Amino acid sequence: MAVTKTYHDDLAIIREELDKCMKCGNCMAVCPVYGADKVETAVTRSKITVAEAVLDGELELDDPQVSEMLFNCLVCKSCMTNCPTKVNFDRIMLALRAALVRKNGLPWLKRMIFSTIKHPKLFDAGLRVGAAMQSLVFRGDKSGKAISPRSPFALVGSGIGFDAERQLPGLNVTPLRERVPTVVKVNRTAAKMKVAFFTGDSLNYFYPDAGMDLIEVLTANDIEVHIPKEQSCCGVPVLVHGDIDTVRTLARNNLDTFDKTGCEYLITGCGSCGGAWQHDYTEIMAADPVYGPKAEYWAKRTYDISTFLTRVIAIRPPKGRVERVVTYHDSCHLKKTMKVFAEPREILKSIPGITFKEMTAPDTCCGSGGSYVLSHYDTSSTIGRKKIEDINRTKADTVSVGCPACMMQLFDNVHRSGEQQEVVHYISLLAESYRREQVSSSVSR
Amino acid sequence: MLEKTIIEQLEAVAGKENVLTGKVDLVAYSYDATADLPRQVPDVIVLPTSSEMVQQIVNLARTNKIAIYPRGAGTNLSGGTVPLKKGIVLSFQKMNKILEVDAANLSAVVQPGVVIAALNSAVAPHGLIYPPDPGTVATATMGGSAAENSGGLRGLKYGVTKNYIMGMEVVLANGEKVRFGGKTVKNVTAYDFSNLFVGSEGTLGIITELTAKLIPAPKFRRTMMGVFKTLADAGNTVAGIIAAQVIPATLEVMDRMTIRTVEDFAHIGLPTDAEALLLIEVDGVSEDVVRAEAEAVMQVVTANNGDLKTAETDQERDQLWTARRNALPALASLNNTVVLEDATVPRSRITDMLIACEAIGKKYNLTLGTFGHAGDGNLHPTILCDKNNQDEMGRMHKAVDEIFQVALSFGGTLSGEHGIGVAKMKYLGDELGQSGLNLMRSIKESLDPEYVLNPGKMVPLREV
Repeated sequence: MAVTKTYHDDLAIIREELDKCMKCGNCMAVCPVYGADKVETAVTRSKITVAEAVLDGELELDDPQVSEMLFNCLVCKSCMTNCPTKVNFDRIMLALRAALVRKNGLPWLKRMIFSTIKHPKLFDAGLRVGAAMQSLVFRGDKSGKAISPRSPFALVGSGIGFDAERQLPGLNVTPLRERVPTVVKVNRTAAKMKVAFFTGDSLNYFYPDAGMDLIEVLTANDIEVHIPKEQSCCGVPVLVHGDIDTVRTLARNNLDTFDKTGCEYLITGCGSCGGAWQHDYTEIMAADPVYGPKAEYWAKRTYDISTFLTRVIAIRPPKGRVERVVTYHDSCHLKKTMKVFAEPREILKSIPGITFKEMTAPDTCCGSGGSYVLSHYDTSSTIGRKKIEDINRTKADTVSVGCPACMMQLFDNVHRSGEQQEVVHYISLLAESYRREQVSSSVSR
Repeated sequence: MLEKTIIEQLEAVAGKENVLTGKVDLVAYSYDATADLPRQVPDVIVLPTSSEMVQQIVNLARTNKIAIYPRGAGTNLSGGTVPLKKGIVLSFQKMNKILEVDAANLSAVVQPGVVIAALNSAVAPHGLIYPPDPGTVATATMGGSAAENSGGLRGLKYGVTKNYIMGMEVVLANGEKVRFGGKTVKNVTAYDFSNLFVGSEGTLGIITELTAKLIPAPKFRRTMMGVFKTLADAGNTVAGIIAAQVIPATLEVMDRMTIRTVEDFAHIGLPTDAEALLLIEVDGVSEDVVRAEAEAVMQVVTANNGDLKTAETDQERDQLWTARRNALPALASLNNTVVLEDATVPRSRITDMLIACEAIGKKYNLTLGTFGHAGDGNLHPTILCDKNNQDEMGRMHKAVDEIFQVALSFGGTLSGEHGIGVAKMKYLGDELGQSGLNLMRSIKESLDPEYVLNPGKMVPLREV
């Protein structure tokens, strides 16, 4: 039924993008996968050369080596920030992966998972079963905040990092969107404005506390928050696996759902989700007469929470003291897609008590790449270890970040090679400051 | 295809994980950064981790008459690493250790796979720098840039790679390993081997270790830009700066075509009616000297009718550099093929060369912009063309021929910093004459009689 035809639907469209590459090799300086693997097949310009060879018929797209190379990429877009001729490599990668899915279909496991994501209720039910079952497979730590695989599962999973050392966020039994009403009103005063909050799956299922903090920060700034229950996954995890049909289904549902809120701003707390709304939806819907304009409408109205607080409204200055030494990791999709990097730092530096320490190369990828960490655990760990070395050198006790996928990766890696630093969403530190304000003011009263 | 037993022997020498033979691997090592060259896949890629391993591989290759193509990061612009005769690509990406930084002797010992920028990061805490700065410092390796004798923006004041290689370990085609030079400033023992192997483009031996010279990092710098209405004014400014006895660290020029393209590309407020732009940076360890030099430069620019801009802060310096930084990206955005030459002329002929390049572009109806290192006469006439347009590609080849002819007629040279490789081999006789070609061949054949090392580069293969 889709009338769209973009590079997601026809690999030949991507030729123009391939032609822009001079093979200068500047991507080698920044590609985290190349930095870890040290072979040309890992780096962007060679992936482009291989794509040319596929289009010229020299290599087959579904040759196992070709597809293996295609998926050995974090889609972190680091190469794009260092590319003199501005090759949109993310488009090339997505076009290739989509073409591969068109040619061979999805592998059964991905097919099963993605079809569930398309049906939010089923996905929700699945994760609830997961939440209930996790005590069988994982053991909790003392704080109850983290889980690790239990021994038989740890043995099976050791190749992909699911060894007994692996720390993952616990699946919360009550997801974020069930903890809050569809509309969260402002206490006491009249709301200045109303905004819609796109939670994304990670904040909904894995880090609902951070999601609650985000809502709390908005209401503390007299903003009414709409959290429509019908919203689904943003689609990025599926997009990077080339399942374009599913992404379009998800995007249409999300666009319709948020149209109904009547809000003028859409707030995200995840760089991948925000990037989907700001860029991916307009690209996948480019030729769709109905959803194309809808996607354009929301692309202009999507803000990371930090940008909204500091650029759209005047943030209420935090007054509660938070005694922490904090560093900040730039998530790839937050910095490289949404161009958000100054705002979270401004917020952190405005919180009384926080000593802010910049790490070396804060915008180097942490190696998460969504499911990359599962499929390429060794490379991912090599990249993650380097990140943790940079973090350790700051002597910070808290690592703040603006993207849940990075939170998961850093959480696991500070446990393995770090100094047990606390990993938090930066918005939680702001919420903490606001809460301490109330405590100290009630004491003084 | 190599016999299976050869691959097995290579695996036994280097370890299975360091021998790549997959179809995709072969494609990934079939090219470098040179435009308009056909790709050629090798038979196998080997990633050695020690010089002993390199010796064993060389012996294996020589015995079995297999070509070896040494490769650093593969960012050269002359086809230096393309495996023309298939065989083995020897990639040094895994020999990337900095073995020693010796601040007392202003030197560092590195493996060939060390990236230039990584060496600079390692010596920065000592207040030192390794000056050669090709455009690819963040990716190019020490071994690759020594083999190519690469230059860069600071060539005028600080020289090029050959001025900073004090010693080497080289594996020869006969499998022997030889070490020469070292940490001493003075060394006249035997022939000057360093200067033989630097710039030999991997055709005479394989570099497995380097001793690099370091210098104290300049502490002060001043950056200026001059925009000119005529090429003559710009040329006279370059001459005037040198006449005022100032040697700038950077003295870069951009022609009209490049200025316009950069302005269209980056919208930074460059006057599009200008004929030339000079970016000038002076630096040094004494603030007074740097200030005096900057003032002298400013006087020369103004005296030659230049519109002068100066940078007071790092941010302003960055703005002035934006134009130069965008030169290649902006030109490259015009078409799918970027032919970047590096014909070089004596400094006094810069204006003539800029005029000649523009005329050649017009004559062959090509999009041609020239920018480059005016201070050392090293220009980059850059032709943008469509690889799918046979006619245009033909005209481009003629234009390139003519650019080299003109450069030589001005007393210049074929290549200031990119090297000969495959791309410029056919012009060598024009500069060196038959006796020069004979000398090249006798050096090649005395060291590598069987043409095992990077065959087909610099010295043409003998007709069989």
